[in-house]
Amino acid sequence: MAQAAMSAHTDSLGAGIDLNDIQGLLRFGFKHHTEAVFLLLRVKDAAAAREWLGHVPVASSVSQDPLPKTVLQVALSSAGMHALGVGADVVGGFSEEFIEGMAGDANRTRRLGDVGENAPEQWDWGSGNRVPHVAALLYALPGNLEAFQRSVEAQCAPGFELLYRLPTANMSGVEPFGFVDGLSQPELDWQRTIPAADQEQLSYRSSSCLGEFILGYPNEYGLYTPRPLLDASRDPDHQLPRAEESPNEADVGRNGTYLVLRTLRQDVRGFWRAVDKRARGVPALRERLASLMIGRTLTGEPVVLDGEPGTAAGAAAGPGATGSPRGPGPASPGGTAGLAAAAVSRDRAPAASRPPLDNTFTFESDPEGHRCPIGAHIRRANPRNADLPPGGIGVLSWLIRTLGLSSSARARDLAASTRFHRLLRRGREYGVRLTPAEALSAPPAQSGLHFICLNANIQRQFEFVQGAWLMSTRFNGLHEESDPLLGNRLPEAAGTRCDYFSMPQSGGPTQRLESLPQFVSVSGGAYFFLPGIRALRFLARTGASGPHASGAA
Amino acid sequence: MTPQSQFTVVARIAAGREPALRTLLATMSSAPGVVDPNNPLVPFGEFAQLHFVRFVILTDPTLADIEAYGVPRPNLPNYLAFVGDCDGPSAQCLAQMVQRAAAGLTEVFTHCEGFDTRADLLAWMQAHDLPIAASYVNWVGRTVLQIKQESALQQVLSARLDRTAVASAAEARERWREMAAFVRNEIDARRLSLTPPEPTPLAWLAAKWANFLLSLLLSLLALPLLIALAPLLLFQLRRQETRDPEICPRPDSGLLRELQGLEDHDVTNQYTAFGSAKPGAFRRALITLVFAVIQFTARHIFTRGYLARVQTIHFARWVFIDDKRRVLFTSNYDGGHQAYMDDFINKAAWGLNVAFSSGVGWPHTDWLLLRGARREHHFKYFQRRHQLPTQVWYKAYPGLTLTDLERNARIRQGLERDLSDTEALAWLKLL
Repeated sequence: MAQAAMSAHTDSLGAGIDLNDIQGLLRFGFKHHTEAVFLLLRVKDAAAAREWLGHVPVASSVSQDPLPKTVLQVALSSAGMHALGVGADVVGGFSEEFIEGMAGDANRTRRLGDVGENAPEQWDWGSGNRVPHVAALLYALPGNLEAFQRSVEAQCAPGFELLYRLPTANMSGVEPFGFVDGLSQPELDWQRTIPAADQEQLSYRSSSCLGEFILGYPNEYGLYTPRPLLDASRDPDHQLPRAEESPNEADVGRNGTYLVLRTLRQDVRGFWRAVDKRARGVPALRERLASLMIGRTLTGEPVVLDGEPGTAAGAAAGPGATGSPRGPGPASPGGTAGLAAAAVSRDRAPAASRPPLDNTFTFESDPEGHRCPIGAHIRRANPRNADLPPGGIGVLSWLIRTLGLSSSARARDLAASTRFHRLLRRGREYGVRLTPAEALSAPPAQSGLHFICLNANIQRQFEFVQGAWLMSTRFNGLHEESDPLLGNRLPEAAGTRCDYFSMPQSGGPTQRLESLPQFVSVSGGAYFFLPGIRALRFLARTGASGPHASGAA
Repeated sequence: MTPQSQFTVVARIAAGREPALRTLLATMSSAPGVVDPNNPLVPFGEFAQLHFVRFVILTDPTLADIEAYGVPRPNLPNYLAFVGDCDGPSAQCLAQMVQRAAAGLTEVFTHCEGFDTRADLLAWMQAHDLPIAASYVNWVGRTVLQIKQESALQQVLSARLDRTAVASAAEARERWREMAAFVRNEIDARRLSLTPPEPTPLAWLAAKWANFLLSLLLSLLALPLLIALAPLLLFQLRRQETRDPEICPRPDSGLLRELQGLEDHDVTNQYTAFGSAKPGAFRRALITLVFAVIQFTARHIFTRGYLARVQTIHFARWVFIDDKRRVLFTSNYDGGHQAYMDDFINKAAWGLNVAFSSGVGWPHTDWLLLRGARREHHFKYFQRRHQLPTQVWYKAYPGLTLTDLERNARIRQGLERDLSDTEALAWLKLL
């Protein structure tokens, strides 16, 4: 469906876009290809590896009818480029984060929250000599994966050793905790209608400049992200596209992007048990609490659209106060009971009037987080704000807000402008899918997400979202908590506990869940470059003439 | 109210002593980027009025950049800078340090040119305390003592709070009264303290208002001249902007790793940058004017928690070095480095351009305000390339950010006056 819908836009494709050169993953989620496996490879024979990379069919972004039975996408890590013999000057043109790798630096692991149980030393793959060189992403229509995988693995055998296989499971768009996932994605401006200029955006928009996700095109600043550009003499037979902003240079980056891959192990039973305990076994409240942590219901409805904001001492207060024992201490059971009543009464609110799965909503009408907590997962991952906090119209209001002179605007100006920090997510689940009720009773099962995101600037996009928003214990004025799902719950260096989740109430003090355990742990990760197809062939060939052509690193 | 002040002791490093100085400074930290507040050289934790302090070696690997402007690379020395922010007059703070840590400070400064162990240490430090071109204090009057007391208050109240919903705002007020009574009890039992602020020093107030009036008067006097000269000045600015070379190569990855190794050990980080000013009388006059304007706004407008839209800077300052040929910038900010820079680009790029575009190699600006820092990668490369590793960095209240300080102060304020029902409800939500 996605492919069919997309093909309609092909006519109005922006100038200079060559879909034949862009790997399909940038345009499609391959959701009809419900079977998938990711192969992580290390080069053992560089010549054989280059031979395979130089010729293997890689699916492009061109829509195909009927859908291809199988799809292969290929990405390289910086270690992989070195192992293939790609020249140091070419590799050196990529971004610092890509060159260093996800697990390459102690400061990076601190920022990404990859400490404690998430520490790279404990990963199954991605650290030390277990950094993959090549990621081969295999997708297939139902029933076609097994043979395809066997064939690809056989083709790879001469050049690569198989470091790790990441099998996936089709959970029909639901992630292992049970929530509909992948609802909010940036819309790429394939038509190139957004002008390549640095213009302040006074409202949130879900579309993004191509350059945020594909190298070689202008980004949200109207600029081209740095990438390896080579003197045209290095590419005499025009194997590579030429750089848009510098036509005399061959563009290794054009039509490619960075691919971030992380294996996130989800403790589904632990999650639902923790929530159930805090809901004191009441199923409706259990679901409600979980929805507040995510910011969406199990079926994907954003909780910020839920009912109307309560007035002071309004809806939430009335039922909550009945029968709530007055006890000191933040964990007073009365708090939860109050919430339970509020939750149930909210659930009765008619939902029919709103359109299903609206993705244009913002949090502007809920600045204090009364409906959707400030720290809810979807609010951290995508605060949906504009470049300037909301305010009156007119130049004067603009000037006052720009100079920071309005205190109400400042109070809503703590999170960075969203449009510079978007991710195109392409992850796949693995393991067994359980309903919340099953998760509570079933024996623990391995499941989780092979998180994949695409972005042109790992630092400003993936690392920023992960570090400054999700793992940060100071997101948007909060304290003592990080992401309710992904947080590693480790105290801050100064000893401050960070295992709370706060839910502001219109009619009383902020409710808090406390002593939350860790629900998600990282068990592997790496940064890759998902090249344009011409660049993939070029990199496979340039290795042969490079200085290190003879050996695998 | 106790105003804050700064010291910036800068002294030339004696020939050949830099490696030994680096080794000595390293002993003050338990790990790179993690200071030992009780280190035997200068036990910073013992000085109750000290907010932030750093020792940083001022070297400048970008000195040769100025050749791109047709000026020969100057031969300028390396310095040791001892930079701090404190409550009350900096002279008092320095005197106290001399009193309790003379041996350690002497050991550090013996690595500097012209330091005589027999001479008066305090007088020497004061003689090397450079005037500040512009300085920013997040909240003028907020003392270390206040920060620590209010943080203790917040922790006690947050743990004690009955978080059940309230039936009415009147009930919220009842709960606030209980909490206020509890705090009074705790204070009587000496388990909490909330020391009232000191009276504002009259001399400081007088100086502030005199400065305000004088600055206004001077601006009014200068205005006609500036208006008359505007076309000429703008022409000159534009001419230079279009010709000045932009020097923003990718910073060395070894430098990046060293800088990052010092970062993100706490919720707050430090930043030290150093570089040359563009040559010529026009730029020299421009930066003098710009820093005067920044100083004026920081002293009279941005004194209550924000510098334009940026709300994450605790203290910052600009200091001229080598007769205005070079500028030192230091700051203490909340969050990670990337977030700090993105914050600046997106919220106050114009401010960065005004403050820094007279620096050699700054990304191309238009009309002093536009582009420049909005040229994302050029700016990010530029600022990292001009950043210096800060050898020793101390913060008096680890784990506390400015949003914490602001919230804790409001919690305390809510106990020191009578609140209406709705105010009481809002107060409960702070906890």
